[in-house]
Amino acid sequence: MNDPIVAPIENRGVSLTTQEVLVETGNDTPCVMRLEDVSVSFDGRAAVRGITLDVRQGEVTALIGPSGSGKTTLLRALNRMHDIERSAVVTGHILLGDTDVYARSTDPTLIRARVGMVFQRPNPFPTMTIYENVVSGLRFSGVRNRSLLEEAAESALIAAALWDSVKDRLKSHASTLSGGEQQRLCIARALAVEPEVLLMDEPTSALDPIATKRIEELVVELKDRVTIIIVTHNMQQAMRVSDRCAFLLMGDDKSGELIEFGPTAKLFSEPTDPRTLDYVNGRFG
Amino acid sequence: MSVTTLDPPEDPVLARRAAIQLAATSSLRRRKAYSTAGIWVCRAFLLIAVIPLLGVILYVVSKGLPAWNVDFFTQVTKPEGIPNGGIKNAIVGSLIIDGIAVAFSVPFGVVGGLFLAESDGRIAGGVRLMADVLTGVPSITIGIFGYIVWVKNVGSYSGLAGAFAISIVMIPVIMRAAETALRGVPGTLSEAALSLGARKFTIARRVVVPAALPGLITGVLLAVARGAGETAPLLFTAFGNQFLQTNPTKPMETMPHTIYTYSSQPYADLVQIAWGTALLLMLVILVLNVGSRLIAARLGRERG
Repeated sequence: MNDPIVAPIENRGVSLTTQEVLVETGNDTPCVMRLEDVSVSFDGRAAVRGITLDVRQGEVTALIGPSGSGKTTLLRALNRMHDIERSAVVTGHILLGDTDVYARSTDPTLIRARVGMVFQRPNPFPTMTIYENVVSGLRFSGVRNRSLLEEAAESALIAAALWDSVKDRLKSHASTLSGGEQQRLCIARALAVEPEVLLMDEPTSALDPIATKRIEELVVELKDRVTIIIVTHNMQQAMRVSDRCAFLLMGDDKSGELIEFGPTAKLFSEPTDPRTLDYVNGRFG
Repeated sequence: MSVTTLDPPEDPVLARRAAIQLAATSSLRRRKAYSTAGIWVCRAFLLIAVIPLLGVILYVVSKGLPAWNVDFFTQVTKPEGIPNGGIKNAIVGSLIIDGIAVAFSVPFGVVGGLFLAESDGRIAGGVRLMADVLTGVPSITIGIFGYIVWVKNVGSYSGLAGAFAISIVMIPVIMRAAETALRGVPGTLSEAALSLGARKFTIARRVVVPAALPGLITGVLLAVARGAGETAPLLFTAFGNQFLQTNPTKPMETMPHTIYTYSSQPYADLVQIAWGTALLLMLVILVLNVGSRLIAARLGRERG
């Protein structure tokens, strides 16, 4: 625990060989986030409980399940977004690299700089220009070096497949963009901080099919750069973009629990739990 | 870590990540201090803003409470030097005048607010502007207006003239509050009613107004609180009366008027009565404010 922040850099070498490792042994990809018995409750009532799973580097992990199964609640626990909700209590352990996300000594703002987030609806800052939006996270984090800001902005916009359409109007306001472009701007904004993990909460639910397709392609392209955890209610989307899938379901006590977690292909073709089979075959939810 | 050096030339993403995380970590102390300082500045300003308010309340309570006894509530005002004076006449007068004013203002205010909420045309814009201007007009102006329109024409000061002037204070407040409350009702409810074959007025009466009821009640109670505290509109209309008067066509005493006249008297017992009245009036307004919130919260909860 001398300096957790430099740890991921050493991991990068391994990440380049992710595919080979995966092919050979299937299970040796390094783990970026580890959830151990994670529960989230509001006013003492559990919304999701007892979640244990590993998020592997360079993969897309999808959280699927019907509404009320606690997907979004679980996602927001990962970068301490529940901190702003007084009634919310998160228990269990969440490890980011070897940093305990909820340790007393851990600063939530540093965690959020390492674990970015994209929301259901595009939410670019309306008073900022496109460029200011992209670098806003860096500025919040205290980055003042101008060349670093510009380099990060360009790289993030390229990665979000937005650079070509906005490079000549970086000074115009974000509201001039279409809905799909705004969501890609939000992805660029999250990427500019160079997070290790990117959380996406149903990022296409407010978009049309064409914009959705572009975001999905983006998710797949981005996984070399950042580990992605995506919440989706759309099983086809989970199938298209994710490597591993976690199926959550509301239990008898009205709180979400993890039914099955595994490689996406297996979860959809030969799930072990009958409830997963029913869900992926569209028999409920 | 010789493995890392064998990697392809430095990955720009990782280099940037390291630089950014270094900047974030090294500026953490400064950012934290800045944020903490900012929050404390907010708290300090809040405190500065609240001190005078608390000061007024505590001062009125400490000065007014000694005036409270049974006579204070059951006797009418008496000239200086005569003991056991009270403000029964002012309490009764205020109740009657404000009651008439409310009965008059609520229908006009709510229906006017409904009109404003339902239309964005030029007429609505003009009415909205006038209502806003009217809420800002010095209340003495409204008193003089009441004098010229009512007292001059009818020929005498009266409780009704006072209620008329207070209504002019209340109507724009109710109207704007009602508009806000009615606009807050989701448009999807109107659409649902529309799709079931309801007409515009039916939708307003059966769907929109009931849904906006918590907000409407809050608005009305706040307007009452506002009107009940006004002094200036009553000076030239209700005038004042040393004796108990329940006939609203005659001049009547009101609580704000008692405070106004007695606080400037050179007699300690009358000034004492003024403090007691100020405390009572303040409590009434407090109860109206808190009550409006409670009702709104309760109705809101009952409807989920």
